[in-house]
This record gives sequence, structure tokens and C-alpha cells, in this order.
Amino acid sequence: MTDQVSPGAPVAPKLASRHGSGSGEVLLSVRNLEAVFETGDGIVHAVDGITFDVHRGEIFAIVGESGSGKSVSAMTVMGLLPTIKVRSGEILWKGENLLDFDENRMRRIRGGEIAMIFQDPLTALNPVHTVGRQVAEMARIHDGLSKKDAMKRAIETLDLVGIPEPAKRAAMHPHEFSGGMRQRAMIAMAIMCKPDLLIADEPTTALDVTVQAQVLEVLVDIKDEIDSGIVLITHDLGVVAGLADQMMVMYAGNQVEFGTVDEIFYETAHPYTEGLLNSIPDLVGDHSKPLIPIKGSPPSLINRPSGCAFHPRCSYARVPGVCSEQEPKLRDEGQGHMSACHFTSVDWKPQ
Amino acid sequence: MSNLDTEVVVNSPESTVATSLWADAWKQFKRNKLALVGLGFIVFVLLTAVFADLIAPYSITDRDVGRSREGPSGDHWFGTDIIGRDLFSRVVYGARVSMKIGLAATSIALVVGVIFGALAGYIGKFVESAIMRFIDVFLAIPYIILAIAIATVFGKSENSVIIVLGFTGWLGVARIVRASFLQLKKQEFVEAAQALGFGRVRIMFRHILPNALQPIIVYGTIAIGSTILSEAALSFLGVGPQDPTPAWGLMVSQGRSDLANAPHLLFFPGLAIALTVTAFVFVGDGLRDALDPKLKDR
Repeated sequence: MTDQVSPGAPVAPKLASRHGSGSGEVLLSVRNLEAVFETGDGIVHAVDGITFDVHRGEIFAIVGESGSGKSVSAMTVMGLLPTIKVRSGEILWKGENLLDFDENRMRRIRGGEIAMIFQDPLTALNPVHTVGRQVAEMARIHDGLSKKDAMKRAIETLDLVGIPEPAKRAAMHPHEFSGGMRQRAMIAMAIMCKPDLLIADEPTTALDVTVQAQVLEVLVDIKDEIDSGIVLITHDLGVVAGLADQMMVMYAGNQVEFGTVDEIFYETAHPYTEGLLNSIPDLVGDHSKPLIPIKGSPPSLINRPSGCAFHPRCSYARVPGVCSEQEPKLRDEGQGHMSACHFTSVDWKPQ
Repeated sequence: MSNLDTEVVVNSPESTVATSLWADAWKQFKRNKLALVGLGFIVFVLLTAVFADLIAPYSITDRDVGRSREGPSGDHWFGTDIIGRDLFSRVVYGARVSMKIGLAATSIALVVGVIFGALAGYIGKFVESAIMRFIDVFLAIPYIILAIAIATVFGKSENSVIIVLGFTGWLGVARIVRASFLQLKKQEFVEAAQALGFGRVRIMFRHILPNALQPIIVYGTIAIGSTILSEAALSFLGVGPQDPTPAWGLMVSQGRSDLANAPHLLFFPGLAIALTVTAFVFVGDGLRDALDPKLKDR
């Protein structure tokens, strides 16, 4: 299968796997989702009105710093955060609102239709069971397969994700696997029941760079194999550039920029996205160009800055002025490329 | 990704690895000489209990009225009791009583304790509060008083002792299991299992429980010993099995009055209790070290 990916490449090449936006049916449609945690210290606005669609065959990336709400958004979609309160919005799965589903129905969705891949495969696999048993269990609970048939399918799936000698490996425990192999096993578990959507939460963060590339390659191959969509949650813009079709940048629970990867990388419309892009090294371009970090640190989600949440760290902010006084709305920069800045890039970009 | 490798013979799921985990623990356990001695003694007592019919030279009710309270001799190795029964035979059969009560009561305690501890730890909220407050209330009542109450209702027998000790023992088990579950349910593999649509019961008992076995095994082993001790205490107080059941505690109680002129009546059953309980404690300690990866290579 594999001829396409060069993950980690700073410049986005056009990939064979790319279907572009809107080519497949809409699988997941999140509409104006607002969700909060009520803590003793106050209300944490973890997800503050986000809207996006994920299509079949597409890789949709959610990018942001730690605490920007990207994982919480995904976990809310899965209904896995018992403490979060969804205040408004809809999570439409194939047209039906997941928020209306009861626990039994959600359980069939989880793993059966939407499957999740976790960040740290070391801790996401149960240390006491063999890998084969854990992968096989998926088919036993979702498809009601017998122990023997489930194990057979588990071994086929382990083979599919590129685990050598899958039959022998299936009988081993997670601690006998390397990091990359464990993440492949985790992917095997997630795709056992051929879900329509895979949510990968920082799938390669815990892996070393050479293994990252292999695991991402597996992920893309699998997506084509089972014809699903992928939501890729990451803070690694290199990964996004190499793989994703559409992306969304999150900051302090807000969606600050949304569009195709090309638009966001080449026609950056939000100062925060520009800050992110300036703080990663460019391997092919000018090596003498200094990296420009974003000053400061992400704001508290309990006491958010007034106006635009990014204004205290924004080099272009007009303070006092509109930036510190008014909350910016998502605005179309053209062809669905949205940005939540008071100014168009023409206005703020120093020319 | 080739399909060339799929023809490899499928190993049984519990392969070398699972066994090597236990083999590792056994290697560690063997280094602890006290624990080995304890294990040897437990095996000895178990065999005694199973083959009591073959070992005991007399039955528990055979009496030789002319030879009351005789000291140890060739005929009667441990001497005879107040009504001339062979004390050695009674101590041998006593192993059966103690082991039966110890194992049965501890099994009840473990099963009930694991179920309620798991529910409290995993589900939390109202379920947890209800179970934990219930446990607090029962821990505040001395088990002796509970025992006397239950013995009055069910009669003084081995079975009522099993019920009493089983239903007081689970309280401690539940607390340990709850603590393990509280810690384990935050692990990512539990989150992953939830995210992949596994049911609650399956996650509790198939995924979390095997990870929580170490403290349960250790506690259970030591609990068998302390259950035997409690059984002796209840028998001693007269709310346990009644004569002619050869319960060790009952024998100690009966020998008490003749301590001055026939000390063997108290000594042999007392020794049996002490050695058996100590053996379980040694094995429990050995298991704790053997199963705890952090104590390796000490």
C-alpha cells in the first residue's frame, strides 16, 4: 500500500491520500459546542463554541497548546467526561445528536463507530492481558465473535498495522512490545470493528521521531483501508502539514482559525497561528532565521482575558482598544477559511 | 506489510509470558526462607486435614475413661483429655476444622469484599458513600459481639463461625479493593477501554481487577491465618463449634481449667494454632515482597 507520506515535513506536499474537504459524506458535525467544568475555583470554559465537520476519507487536525481544549473537545464528543457540562450546541453523528444518546447506545458507538487512539501506548494497554486478547476483545464485545474467531481477526488486524509475526506477538504482553509496536497494537484495537471515525489524541507524542513517521503512515494506510475519517489531535504542526486535509487551531477553548492546511500554512489569517508557525524550525528554508516563540503562557480558563483571549500575548494587539474589549467572532477570509481576529491578515501582518 | 507471517502457529493466549510472571514471583518468594518454611507448614497442615482419617490413631470420640488427663506417652502421643480421648487424634482432626473455617470464611470475605470494593471504587458517587458508610458502621461493632448475636440466631456451629468471620472479614477487603480501584481507574488503559466501548462490569472485573490482585492475594493469605485465630477465640468463648467437634480453640478452652496438673491439654492445641497462624503470616509477607515489583533485588 504505501507510497505517499513523508510526515514531519515542514512544507505540506500534496498527498495521494488527500481527498480534499467535502468529498466524502459528513460523519461528524460539531455545532457551536460549548462545554464547561464546574470546579470549586469557578467555571472552566474548556470548550467555548466550536464548530467543525469531519468527512469520510478526510484527516481533520485539531491543533493547539496544552490546555487549549483540543482533547476535551474530543472527549466530549465521545461522552467520556462525566464531569463536563455541555451548555449548548450539538454533536451530530451521521445526522443524529450524540448528546441525546443514552449510555448503552453511546457504548455501541464508542469503539464500534468512533474509536479512539491514545497518546501513551505504554499506559493505554492493560499490562496484565496479552495484546492479542485485548485486540480480540473488541470483536467479542462489539461484533459478538467467538473467542477463536476474534483472535483470528485480531491476528489479521495486527498484521494489517504492520506488526511482524502477528500470531506470535498476539500472545505477548504489552511490556514486551516497543513503543511503536504498542501504538500499532493500540491502532489495531481501534480499527478492529472498522469504525467510521478514528480520533487520534496525540498518537505520536510519546514515540521517538523515526517511529512517529511509521505510525503515522500506518494510520493513513488504515484510513484508506477501512474508508474512515480521522480526527488528529496534535500540537505538532509538522505532522499536520504532512497529513491533514482540514485543520482547526484552538486557543483557550476557542476556535481561532479554521480551514484547509494549505490556506492556514500559506495564508495564515490569525496572529496566534502565525506565532505557532514561527516557533517551529524550518528544515528546508533559511536556517539563519531565528525562531520566534510566543511570549507569555496560555491564560487561565477560569479568568479569561477580556476581549480576545489571545490579546495579552499578541504582538499586534491594539490595547486598549477593540482587542481587549470585544470578543472576536469567526469571520470568513474566503472559501471557508475562517479566522477569529478583529482584523484581516492584511491589516495586522507587517508588510 | 506482508501476509507471509500469518501462518505461524497460534500460541495459546496464556503463553510463556504469563507463566514467567508467576515464575518470577516464585523465584523471589523462594529467597525468603521464613516464607518457604511457612509454606511448608501450611502444606503439612493441609495434608493433615485431608488425610486426618489415615493419620489419627483414634477417632475423635473414642474414650478411655480410665486414662483421663494422662501426659504424652507411646499410646497417646499428645496425652489424653479430661474424658480420656486421644489428644493427638483430636488435634489432627482439628486441622480439618480450622482449615475449613479459615478457607471458607476468607473466600466469602474475598468475594463479597471484591464486589463491593470494586463497585465503591469504580462507580463512586452515591454507591461509594453508601458502601463505605455501611462498612464504617460495621467496623465500629466488635466482631465478638456480632459473633455472639449470629451464633444465637444460627446456632453454635462451624457454619455460623464461617458466616460471622466471612461477613466481618469482607469489610477490610472492600476497603483495600476500593483503594486499588480508585488508583487504577484513572489509568489510561481504563480510559482507553471506556473509549472503545467496553462495558462497566467488564472493565471492573476483567481489566481493573487483575491489576489489583497483588494486595488482595497478600491480604487474603494473611486473612486465612487471622481467621483461624478468630475462630479459636470464638471457640474459646464458647460461641463456636461445640464438643465433640475438635476445634483447637475449644480444646484450649477446655484445657484451661487443668493448666496446673495437665498443661499438655492447653499446650498442643495452642501450639497448633500459633504455628498455623504464624505460617500464614510468613507466607503473606513473602508474597507481598515477591509480587511487589518495587521491592525486587533487595
